[in-house]
Amino acid sequence: MLCDVTIDGRSYRLELNRAEGRWACRLDGRELEVDAVLARPDVLSLRIGNSAYEIKSERVADELHLWVGRRRFAVEVRDPRSLRGRGRAGVDDGPKKLIAPMPGRVVRLLVREGDAVELGAGVAVVEAMKMQNEIKSPKQGRVQKIFVSEGVAVNAGDVLAIVD
Amino acid sequence: MFKKILIANRGEIAVRVLRACHEMGIAAVVVYSDVDRAALHVRKADEAYPIGPAAATESYLNIPKILDVARRSGADAIHPGYGFLSENAKFAQACADAGVKFIGPTAAAMEAMGSKTRARQAMEKAGVPLVPGTSRGVESQQEAEEVAARIGYPVMLKAAAGGGGKGMRLVHSVDQLKSFLEAARSEAQRSFGDGEVYIEKAIVNPRHIEMQVLADEHGNTVYLGERECSLQRRHQKVVEEAPSPIVDAEMRRRMGEVAVRVAQSAAYTNAGTVEFLVDQERNFYFLEMNTRLQVEHPVTELVTGLDLVHLQIRIAAGEKLPFAQQDVQIRGHAIECRIYAEDPDNNYFPSPGKITLLLSPSGPGIRRDSGMYEGWQVPLDYDPLLAKLIGYGADREQAIARLTRALGEYFVGGIKTNISLFRRILRDAEFRAAKLDTGFLDRMLKRSEDEDGDAGAADVAAIAAGVFAVLDSAKTAGSGNGGSEPAGAHSTWKTSGRREGLR
Repeated sequence: MLCDVTIDGRSYRLELNRAEGRWACRLDGRELEVDAVLARPDVLSLRIGNSAYEIKSERVADELHLWVGRRRFAVEVRDPRSLRGRGRAGVDDGPKKLIAPMPGRVVRLLVREGDAVELGAGVAVVEAMKMQNEIKSPKQGRVQKIFVSEGVAVNAGDVLAIVD
Repeated sequence: MFKKILIANRGEIAVRVLRACHEMGIAAVVVYSDVDRAALHVRKADEAYPIGPAAATESYLNIPKILDVARRSGADAIHPGYGFLSENAKFAQACADAGVKFIGPTAAAMEAMGSKTRARQAMEKAGVPLVPGTSRGVESQQEAEEVAARIGYPVMLKAAAGGGGKGMRLVHSVDQLKSFLEAARSEAQRSFGDGEVYIEKAIVNPRHIEMQVLADEHGNTVYLGERECSLQRRHQKVVEEAPSPIVDAEMRRRMGEVAVRVAQSAAYTNAGTVEFLVDQERNFYFLEMNTRLQVEHPVTELVTGLDLVHLQIRIAAGEKLPFAQQDVQIRGHAIECRIYAEDPDNNYFPSPGKITLLLSPSGPGIRRDSGMYEGWQVPLDYDPLLAKLIGYGADREQAIARLTRALGEYFVGGIKTNISLFRRILRDAEFRAAKLDTGFLDRMLKRSEDEDGDAGAADVAAIAAGVFAVLDSAKTAGSGNGGSEPAGAHSTWKTSGRREGLR
């Protein structure tokens, strides 16, 4: 098979075929000797030449992460014939969302809708695992909308407020 | 000896105590809240009783419910672990009243030590060196300002009933005092049900060194050497080691003797820890006594060869200490890492969730006390401590080398952990030189991380990604079509298409 692999933003062209237990591999045109054993789900024992690696795979929210040694890589595998690209929201000067970084409970709101906030000013306090964390404004501006109230439970990724 | 012990706790410490029970031929009874039915301590127990909702106040902190389980199960003793009810004198008294042995000190000893302000008063009398400050809670903002002005900024606000950094604030100026006092009070009230807050002079960048003591119920008290606990974040210990690199035999003896005096002044029994602040001239000041087993007790166990939980149980059963002070020998070096469910890339925010993959280290000189397992959902209702990894070696260097090696083997997938933080600490030049103080971690985290550059790793990841995709599609094809042929491009793209669709 032929695929485009994106590793932390850099793209590779990978050609990989398996026949009778043997792998044929070409990475950006370089031919490499590859041998792989899936030791258990999400754990791959990989040999490239005679170098040996244990690769761990982890799905985090909507991303696939592979660990090589102590390093983690965000990975994307695409069919080069597919025209679909992943639309990424670019850097935006407009309204910014305030996201809950972990599941927890909103214990305090430090601002009201319409308040002016500085970059880094506390907007809400979320408590999880007995630890209170201040969620800070991602930009200087005005609190356009608050979506939560004190006492409610939130999940990681939930939008708490919008600052414009 | 006891026949059955109730463990009034959860997580790794419940498992630790349960193991000691089984080693001693004692049945282990556990309790669990609604979100802990699948917890490891329940899986390993001989008997398990539900005690209510996730909120600790309605389960692990609920004295009547726990005593009811003791009665129904016929347990003859209760081990409280650390945290929760472990330093609650009312609970110790309620156990005594119910005829169940509390494995720990008496309610009276706990009361003398449990409140940090009362402990200070007792220590003043016993002639134990103290950090300047108030020996009672401050009543008003005005009083706080007066005290702070007298002893000089910076000052530390502390919850009288506190521990674990809750209700604690470092105050640099009178401007900060008002809001910090309120915050410390409300946090103390929330965490401990007691809003009393007192003031101490803040010793800048001290070391935090503590002395383990053990006292039987026949008047024998010994010290088991110190633990260096200077590596902290938000006043939470992160790495502990024994012995302390700056404590020599003579200093150990002096600290140990003060610790024994502290314990004896309160007629203390069972295991306890006397905490000291140590300044740059190696002067030590009594900070507080923790009237329970400490999280970091394994480092002491490794360098003394003693099992503190076994000894706690024997002492509670009325046995005499099986050794004297001169028999206690410190051998080798041990370092503990507290593995927390925290996201290092997001300011170490808690990161609960499901553990999708768990690879655990083992091998020479490695001990792992863990409360997690693969497939387990880490609840968001409790402390984020998942496990403790402890390395032991003939000396500090070997302990560091083994721990570093073991951290490389440790992998927790699906949630974020602070494992990478320990790799950074252990290779830090200052850490290796044992230049430790309580400001160490904050300073280290401010420095940018030196990436150990491995240019080839990204190539390896690219190949691995492709291999995973091929194997995935082969699996899909195998189960879907009943065919054994490696998948062609078509099904591969079905798989990755499905993956795309999930985004």
